Amino acid sequence: MNVWLSHHFTALSLALRRLTSAPVNTLLSLLAMGIALALPAGGQMLFANAQQLANRSAPAARISLYLPVEAERKAATDLETKFKAMPGVKSWQFMSKEDTLARMKKAEGLGDVIDALPKNPFPDAYVLTPKDESPEAVEALAAQLRKLPRVEHVQLDSAWVRRLDALLRLGRSSLFILAGLLGVGLIAITFNTIRLQVLTLRAEIEVSRLLGATDAFIRRPFYWFGALQGLGGGIVAWFIVALATLGLAKPIGEIAQLYSLGFALQPLSLGNSLILLGAATVLGWGGAALSLVQHLKET
Amino acid sequence: MIKFDHTTKRYPGSPGGSPALADVSFEVNPGELVLVKGHSGAGKSTLLKLIAAIERPTSGAVLVNGQNVGALKANAIPYLRRNLGLVFQDQKLLFDRSVLENVLLPLSIAGFAPREATRRARAALDKVGLLEREKAMPVALSGGEQQRLSIARAVVNRPNLLLVDEPTAHLDAETARQVADIFLDFHRVGVTVFIATYDDTNFATAPSRKLTLSQGRLQ
Repeated sequence: MNVWLSHHFTALSLALRRLTSAPVNTLLSLLAMGIALALPAGGQMLFANAQQLANRSAPAARISLYLPVEAERKAATDLETKFKAMPGVKSWQFMSKEDTLARMKKAEGLGDVIDALPKNPFPDAYVLTPKDESPEAVEALAAQLRKLPRVEHVQLDSAWVRRLDALLRLGRSSLFILAGLLGVGLIAITFNTIRLQVLTLRAEIEVSRLLGATDAFIRRPFYWFGALQGLGGGIVAWFIVALATLGLAKPIGEIAQLYSLGFALQPLSLGNSLILLGAATVLGWGGAALSLVQHLKET
Repeated sequence: MIKFDHTTKRYPGSPGGSPALADVSFEVNPGELVLVKGHSGAGKSTLLKLIAAIERPTSGAVLVNGQNVGALKANAIPYLRRNLGLVFQDQKLLFDRSVLENVLLPLSIAGFAPREATRRARAALDKVGLLEREKAMPVALSGGEQQRLSIARAVVNRPNLLLVDEPTAHLDAETARQVADIFLDFHRVGVTVFIATYDDTNFATAPSRKLTLSQGRLQ
């Protein structure tokens, strides 16, 4: 165990020394990796924010049901007995055309317009809360309601949320594809730096072999090198995303205020940050491993 | 301890030409001083490389401590080499590491703890008279000092078999004699020493076994 630890410690310090011995090369590699990783990481940050916004603005699944404008009050009370018989309906609220008219008159800028109208343009309406709020159940209930007599229009208030959800799902898939592609890019970068390292250190590898070094001994510092470089790239990416968050926070805050959304741009979460750093490290290690399989044989 | 049994080595590049070693058989006991003599190209280096499993015989066997090193699996070779001390004709020093770090490399490979490794490395440097230069880089050393550094690296593991290829070839007479004396010291304490050399006058003071090669054949 001690030997194993000391081997890894030696390899780690050797890898650190190799990284710092060519600072410009290291810096450029880290920047390339950082930018490659910052794209999916930044996407994830924006995505998480959009999802949070969607969740917060999502209303409970409600169904609005409108009667024809000229329907008399009796039609409404008839409907209520029908609602009672439907097992999917949890509760309902009646909104009379008079109430709606009064409410709309109070609304900013609408009062004069409504006063100018010859008669009340609003219909009687119901807002129903379904028992089962799953999209399928709500959809089924709406279809049932549409078949009732004297029903002019049935509207699902959750429809736009579902559209937004679908858009977010599309965004998430694109993000995965992007992350996958740039992950491959990161492996390629490590693959190449390790290849150059193996070429530069050819003499050292040869001498170590002659002195009785196992393959594992020779590979170890390269694994550490790849992993450290990956981690470094991840840290650079994290800072790029953090800076972008800082830069975007103000303009996005202003827009949110204009739409009176109580919303502030959140930075990359702790979990996502750890995933970013972990993935970067693993990809760097993987690139090194691939490169060693390819290039250690040639020495 | 070391036995060559009808050993032939032919390099891949020269299938039609004469082999580097042809049907060589001999046996060496522990603690012997062996001088492998012969002209350049006679097969001296090849003989040493076969013992260290750097090359494998085309036919025949090479036994070290009863183990056929020609048939060793690749993953067993490192452990064979850790029991050998190798001094190369071209020294193979690492020029981006200090004198001390060069000597530490075999110990680090063998898994010594840093403190113990440093202690042993200093002892080896002291033995070859380079302790004062431990922080120097190899490029700052003279030819003789570089040779002594490569000896320190070879003996730091305290091997019981030392394989040395042309140790005095590029040195002036005085330095060559000093370097030769270091090997004779190891021989005196019981280490088996193989020295491939064209000029064996520096080793004449000790009783030795002589293997003379000519065009790959033992004379």
